Amino acid sequence: MAREMWKGNEAIAEAAVRAGVEAYFGYPITPQNEVLEYLSHRMPELGRAFVQAESEPAAINMVYGAACTGARVMTSSSSPGISLMQEGLSYIAGTEVPMVLVNVMRGGPGLGNIAPSQGDYNQICKGGGHGDYHPIVLAPASIQEAVDLMPVAFELAHKYLNICTILIDGSIGQMMEPVTLPEMQPVIRKEYDWAVSGAKGRKRHLLSSIYLDVPTEEKVNLRILGRWREARENEIRFKEYYLDDAEYIIIGFGTAGRIALSAVRAARAQGIKVGLFRPISVNPFPYKRVEELCKQAQSFLVVEMNTGQMLKDVQVAVRNRVPVRFYGRLGGVMPFPDEFVTEIQEMIKNPGKPEDDPADLWYQRMIAR
Amino acid sequence: MQTEVFLAGFGGQGVMFAGQVLSYAAMDIGKEVTWIPSYGPEMRGGTANCTVVIADEEIGSPLVQDPPAVIVMNLPSLDKYEPTVKPGGVLIVNSSMVDRDVTRSDITWVSIPCNEIAEEAGDKRMANIVATGALLALLPVLTLEDVESALKAHMPGRHKHLLPKNVEALKRGAEYAKKNARKAK
Amino acid sequence: MVATIINPENLVYARPKGFTDTPSHYCPGCTHGTAHRLVAEVLEEMNVLDKAIGVAPVGCAVFAYNYIDTDFVQAAHGRAPAMATGIKRVWPDRVVFSYQGDGDLASIGMAETVHAAARGENITIIFINNAIYGMTGGQMAPTTLPGMKTTSSPNGRDVETQGYPIRMAELLATLDGAGYIVRRSLHDPANIRKAKKAIRTAFEAQVHGLGFSLVELLSTCNTGWGVTPIQSLAWLEEHMIPAFPLGDYKIAPEVAALKI
Ligand SMILES: Cc1ncc(C[n+]2csc(CCOP(=O)(O)OP(=O)(O)O)c2C)c(N)n1
Ligand code: SF4
Ligand SMILES: [Mg+2]
Repeated sequence: MAREMWKGNEAIAEAAVRAGVEAYFGYPITPQNEVLEYLSHRMPELGRAFVQAESEPAAINMVYGAACTGARVMTSSSSPGISLMQEGLSYIAGTEVPMVLVNVMRGGPGLGNIAPSQGDYNQICKGGGHGDYHPIVLAPASIQEAVDLMPVAFELAHKYLNICTILIDGSIGQMMEPVTLPEMQPVIRKEYDWAVSGAKGRKRHLLSSIYLDVPTEEKVNLRILGRWREARENEIRFKEYYLDDAEYIIIGFGTAGRIALSAVRAARAQGIKVGLFRPISVNPFPYKRVEELCKQAQSFLVVEMNTGQMLKDVQVAVRNRVPVRFYGRLGGVMPFPDEFVTEIQEMIKNPGKPEDDPADLWYQRMIAR
Repeated sequence: MQTEVFLAGFGGQGVMFAGQVLSYAAMDIGKEVTWIPSYGPEMRGGTANCTVVIADEEIGSPLVQDPPAVIVMNLPSLDKYEPTVKPGGVLIVNSSMVDRDVTRSDITWVSIPCNEIAEEAGDKRMANIVATGALLALLPVLTLEDVESALKAHMPGRHKHLLPKNVEALKRGAEYAKKNARKAK
Repeated sequence: MVATIINPENLVYARPKGFTDTPSHYCPGCTHGTAHRLVAEVLEEMNVLDKAIGVAPVGCAVFAYNYIDTDFVQAAHGRAPAMATGIKRVWPDRVVFSYQGDGDLASIGMAETVHAAARGENITIIFINNAIYGMTGGQMAPTTLPGMKTTSSPNGRDVETQGYPIRMAELLATLDGAGYIVRRSLHDPANIRKAKKAIRTAFEAQVHGLGFSLVELLSTCNTGWGVTPIQSLAWLEEHMIPAFPLGDYKIAPEVAALKI
């Protein structure tokens, strides 16, 4: 297939189409609008379902309904809209039906702005809605990676009967890059033994998230957890750059991760042996691999476009073995590679102690500027 | 190898499109490329800018602090972005919309009446293409032929008849820049 | 020069006291600005600028507080009537109003709108119906006309799959809690004057404790509609008024008795 220039949001929409998405429900919100706009003509053209819902709660509940049929279904939104979807997401998790969610994050909290941010990491990875559930979250750093992960997202959602989220920010949604799109896959509606389709010649199927019998609800929770544990074993994804001889390691996901790649190259040009570890599955998080990297790294630099949300996951893996430094930009500010280079240099000059609190030290540096 | 080009102007001056033309040309010759716009309310009636990164390997940051190549299509953009050009870099100024010279001496620059040259080439809306031609004359990241083929391959069908004029605009921009550029000291 | 020209005898037009001296962020030609001015004029004329509390929506009018110079809060998308309810219940003698677009009021905020009206919540809503989502780049709104092209109905609104426009004034008029529900338009001076009178009546109804009041204003979005400002005025008259007839949909007898 030929490479073509695509805008991130539109490429993701087309990749979903090619991955066999049968139904899309959404609501306009910047910087995600192009997903909805693209699908508003593409889906009807293919005879597939598209509805611009009256709100995000309506959109996610349309997804909930469609997911109960076992079809490949998705929605997309951006931070404030994702907040509104949390109720539906919790019901979907509790009913154990598959769906794909795309979050094109923007600056917050509240109405915030429409600039790129990574402030929803906790909300997206740690659940967001009420109750015990663990959505699968993939965080691509380029349009090609997002496109390649689209079919994966549907497969994982259906394999683990879970929510699979593609977590990007406004910059990936709005930028253009050359992309090779996958071939069009045929739409496959699997005959699930749980999906609703009309009980013709079989026992009826019932889908619900209500379990008034408490021990039964505990069993359901264990079943959900069991599938999650499997995903945790099998679905770790990450990308490594210049790690072979690296003495210092930057960790960043999505856009912060790709900016870090530029910083790593610039630092290497100055003779600094630094590498990049970029988690792609941020839930499940690659704890084990980070733990292994502790043997090699003199220290880590975690970079994010938030106040250090993934940092907590890195710290769980590092467990004070080596010093960790943190650098974040907030509220929609996209960092430049030079800022990370300075951080690398500072880290080498003043490595600190493993028991230091990196988020606290970063905060002190930020307010002193 | 990596080169970054920053383009800025008013909405409607074709700044975004010029960036996309560079991107298509880079893609077609097998390069990695990113195009990232400023987006949001500032698009409404205000300034427009985009950054194009062209490289031989996977691109990291789509934004840079000090781009080695900058095109400014109006005065506010010159005021704002002249200081950001990397020392030794290239600055293209659309003098049709700017009434001052470049003050820096550590960059190569040309002040080029893009609007008038575009009009001579057949359509004043091609000022962006004139500026692109000027840039490529001073920054050989792509050839004029690369851009010409990209225009040919990616211009929507209904605009295809404008191709010869665009090629003309591109060439005139390049010629003007070659003759009139002031080299970095 | 200026000082000699502008003196009280020949002054015909000035910035209302309730209007700040701020360059508009609206697209040239957009009638949001007209509606803002009417609200500011009415609040000034009623001498309630220091008693008014506005609730800004999420939409192009998100920055309404940059222009209308009263206390203001900014709601989440669609939730302005609920937020206004909260304020009014704490400050019953203040003049509480929201200013909302069609996406905000009739789509995501439909529940809040209907229930505020059903409760007879003593607030005033200025409802800007421009048949489109202006702020997010021109997507289909609940008020988009059948066949109308938007960025999310690129082939024109297909009523088979995308439904029909919602006539909010008519819908809300069926609710017992509604005291004053009318529709006006902003496409020419005569209609703008009528709109102002309706806004005045709505606020008077609130001041007199006569229940929920809402003025629906047909407004232009030349950017979203893809036409010039002048064309947009004609388009409004030609296409929107037949679909959204101007008129009084509910005037409670007590409101009529105010004789404004
Ligand atoms: C929860 C949530 N969903 C979506 C948005 C994005 N959004 C901002 S304004 C808007 C619609 C505005 O349309 P309308 O209310 O008609 O106002 P107009 O701009 O036309 O005046 C939307 C969907 C948001 N800010 N928050
Ligand atoms: S987009 Fe439409 S509603 Fe918004 S300011 Fe522009 S013309 Fe007015
Ligand atoms: Mg509207």
